[in-house]
Formats: sequence, C-alpha cells, structure tokens
Amino acid sequence: MRYAMAVDTKKCVGCSDCVVACQTENNVPIGYCRDWIVEVTDGTYPQLELEIRSERCNHCDNSPCVRCCPTGASHYSKGGTVLVTPDECIGCGACIASCPYDARFPHPDGHVDKCTFCLHNRVEKGLKPACVSVCPTKCMYFGDLDDPNSEVSVVLKKRKWKTLIPEAGTRPQHYFLI
Amino acid sequence: MREELIVSGRMNHLVDPNLHIWHWHIPLYLFLGGLAAGILFFASLYTILGKENEYRTAVKIAPFITPFILIIGLIALFLDLNHKLYFWRLYTTIRLESPMSWGAWTLMVVTPISFIWCALNIRELFPRWKWPHSLLDTAEAFFRKNIRTLSWILLIFSLILGVYTGILFSAFNARPLWNTSILGPLFLASGLSTGAAVIIFMSKSHRERMVFARIDLMLIGIEIFLIVHMFMGFLASTQVHIDAASLFLGGPYTTPFWLFVVTLGLVIPAVLEFLELRGFRVPHLIAPTLVIIGGFIFRFIIAYAGQESRWLY
Ligand code: SF4
Ligand code: SF4
Repeated sequence: MRYAMAVDTKKCVGCSDCVVACQTENNVPIGYCRDWIVEVTDGTYPQLELEIRSERCNHCDNSPCVRCCPTGASHYSKGGTVLVTPDECIGCGACIASCPYDARFPHPDGHVDKCTFCLHNRVEKGLKPACVSVCPTKCMYFGDLDDPNSEVSVVLKKRKWKTLIPEAGTRPQHYFLI
Repeated sequence: MREELIVSGRMNHLVDPNLHIWHWHIPLYLFLGGLAAGILFFASLYTILGKENEYRTAVKIAPFITPFILIIGLIALFLDLNHKLYFWRLYTTIRLESPMSWGAWTLMVVTPISFIWCALNIRELFPRWKWPHSLLDTAEAFFRKNIRTLSWILLIFSLILGVYTGILFSAFNARPLWNTSILGPLFLASGLSTGAAVIIFMSKSHRERMVFARIDLMLIGIEIFLIVHMFMGFLASTQVHIDAASLFLGGPYTTPFWLFVVTLGLVIPAVLEFLELRGFRVPHLIAPTLVIIGGFIFRFIIAYAGQESRWLY
C-alpha cells in the first residue's frame, strides 16, 4: 500500500479551505499550519501564467527527515505515511532542517509537527483527509497508488503531473496535476 | 521567467520566512566538541608515541579543560532541545543513519574518557593527591596499565567527534550550503587547530610551543585548501549550490566570513606563526587567540548561513 495525494493546479483557486480544515481537524495550534497555499506567477506582464498549489508534507518515499531522526520519533507508518511520535521526539530540530520543503515546524508543546495525511483520525476510519474532503472545487485526490482503481491512481494515469524538487532525491508522494 | 511567488497561510514560527531552528546552541556545541576533540587527539597521539614528558602540556595539562568544555557543550545541546523532558530518548536508541545519534553516542564515550584522563594526571596539578577509596586506586592502576589501549580508543573517538561536528551539517541535503562532505574534514582540521592553539596558550615550554605552532600552521594550510575546494565545488555544481556559495561571495555573509574567519582567524595567525618559527619575536598569545576566535565565529557563520540556503521551487 502506498498512500499519495494529488492536487489539480488547474482547478485550485487558493481559497485556503484545506488549511483551515486541517487546523480544525488536527487541533493545530493557532499561528501554525500543516498545509499552505503557494501561488507562482511566471512570465512578464502581459504574458503571465499563474499556478496555485495546496502544499503539505510530501510523505516522501526516501525521507531525509526519517533518516536523520536520532530517536526514531520520525518514522514510516501505514501506506508509507511519514509520522512523528510526540513522546519519542526530543525536539532537536534535525528533521526540520532536513526537509527540503520546510514542511515541518516545532509545535509549541516541544515536539515536531507536520501533516499526517490524517492517517489515524480519518483515513483508517475510511474517510478522506480533512483537506481533501472539504475542497470546494474538488481539486484534491487521495488514495492508494498500489490500487490501480483508486482515484489518485486513475487521475495520475489520465493527467500530466509533476512533483516538487524531485532532484532533491526524496521521492515525494504528493503530486501536482498540471 | 518567474515574476512572483506568494505563500499564503503559512507563517510557521522558526520556519518562515527563513529557517531559524538552530540558534547559538548548536554552533557552540560544535565548536566545543571540535576543541575537545583537538586537545584529546594530541593528548592520545603523544601518549601512543611515548612522548608524554616532552609534550607535557598537550598530554597532561590541556586535557584538564576537556571535561568542562564537553559538559558545557552537552548543556548547550540540551538547551537546544525543544522537548527537554524526553532528552533520554537519545540514549535508548542507536540510529546509524542519524548524525545526531552518532554525536550523542560519541560524546557518551569521549566524556567519560576525558574524566579518566584527568584522573590519571591529577597529580600534575595536586602532587599530594590521594584517592578517598582504595577501589579508585585499583581503577587508576588498571587504566595506567592499559594506557595504550585507552589512548587508541581516545584517538579514534576524538577523530570521530571532530569529523562529526562537520558531518552533522553536511548530512542535510535540504540546505545546499551544508550539503558538502568537505565540512567533515574542514571542521576536523579547524577543531584540531583550535586544540593546538589552546595547547600553545597553556604551554610554558618554548620547544612545545614551537612544535604546536608548526602543527597549527600546517592545519591552517589544510583549512584554507579545503575552503577553496569547498567554493570550487559549489561553483561547479547546481544553481542552488551556486546560490549557497554566493551568500559568501557578495551576499550577507561575505564580510564576516572573509574578514573574521579567513583573514583574522586563518591568514594572520598563519603569518604570525610563520614569523615566530623563523625566529622573529612575536607575542606568542596573539596567534592562538585569533585561531580560537576564528574557529568560534566559523561555526556560527556556517550554522546561520546554512539555514538561509535552500532549494528553489
Ligand atoms: S516532505 Fe519533508 S517532512 Fe515530509 S516526508 Fe518529505 S522530507 Fe519528510
Ligand atoms: S525533532 Fe523530533 S522527530 Fe525531529 S529529528 Fe529530532 S527527535 Fe526526530
């Protein structure tokens, strides 16, 4: 099993509903977030192109954050999701420095926090991650890449996609439809 | 051409707008670790070579400061942790892939040996020293008998500690400035050089000072060579590495690096040591002081600049 997420950059309008849904669902402390919106404008006026992406931890297949963790608090869980066990984390910050996407942050309680793909609180109960389920434009897809019929497998077969900084070698599992 | 990049909804403390997860603690810890590694390396080396009495400061006196600096370093590391109550987790796992884990365990080996080393030489400071318990006399006799084995262990672990202070940074692919394996040998050379400087500082024998000035001169040469190589490597690499190098080549760290680290911390002490070796009369405390300050600033600059360097996307 390999959980993955895809975001349609052509449909995303950058409304930040996913950000708020995540903060509510996961009790993210005020002033912090596990997902965010990036808007990139390419070109010079009047030849402009806009890309909007909803970003989060890429749950990389080859995660530097798991490798550099001295205690094993950062680990691979079901479906390749990368999780942090708060009670094992000493808050050394090594994993924060190791992530090329800056997807992690120090939780005010001391441990490190980041996107979990809502694994324990939703996905294991058969629900979709909070961000995916609230998206008003339905531009996000989540599922198991090993299942050829999952919605994420289907959309990745149909559409052109990219991942972010693949050259960093982390094998990210968060896809962007382009 | 990229016009603009807006990130909305993300303003995570210590991550945005620039990563700033490590403050003064980590560079201080790395500086002290390198310094202790340098002193203990020379102490064990000259013990193995059977020159304890020729290089008395290096083998018997300077190591007295290592337990203190190692402990201050460990306190700095502890203060850096955000989840302090769980500190012990570092010592319930060994994770070979994690440099942090390597460092924590290496310190667990080096710190007790530094204490033993001081205990073995305690009579240098207090000639009439007596252990309060006969068990300690037995322990002392045991270590004295096995001093060669102990020295070899210390030699190897001090080298690991010295290299580790650089590897901790260079293991991070995500920060292009750190992601060069040259940082390992560079920090090792810098640690050995600061160690030699402390020995010059403390030594009362002119001959010993001259020998360590020569060693330090050689180490400074190696450091300059490695720094040049590091920049050549960056400039021949990808755009993110070129950007990382430009932090020092016109960017915000240009003056502190080339003025304080290279000129004041390497070139001037090298010139002074060279003149001293040539027989000129130079106040002998200036060069080691500059080396120590330069090494200290070097760790800070690399730690701070590294957190500013990043991948493009
Ligand atoms: S995006 Fe960052 S935090 Fe997430 S798995 Fe990859 S390296 Fe780790
Ligand atoms: S901050 Fe926590 S999760 Fe991150 S590397 Fe350190 S111990 Fe592991």
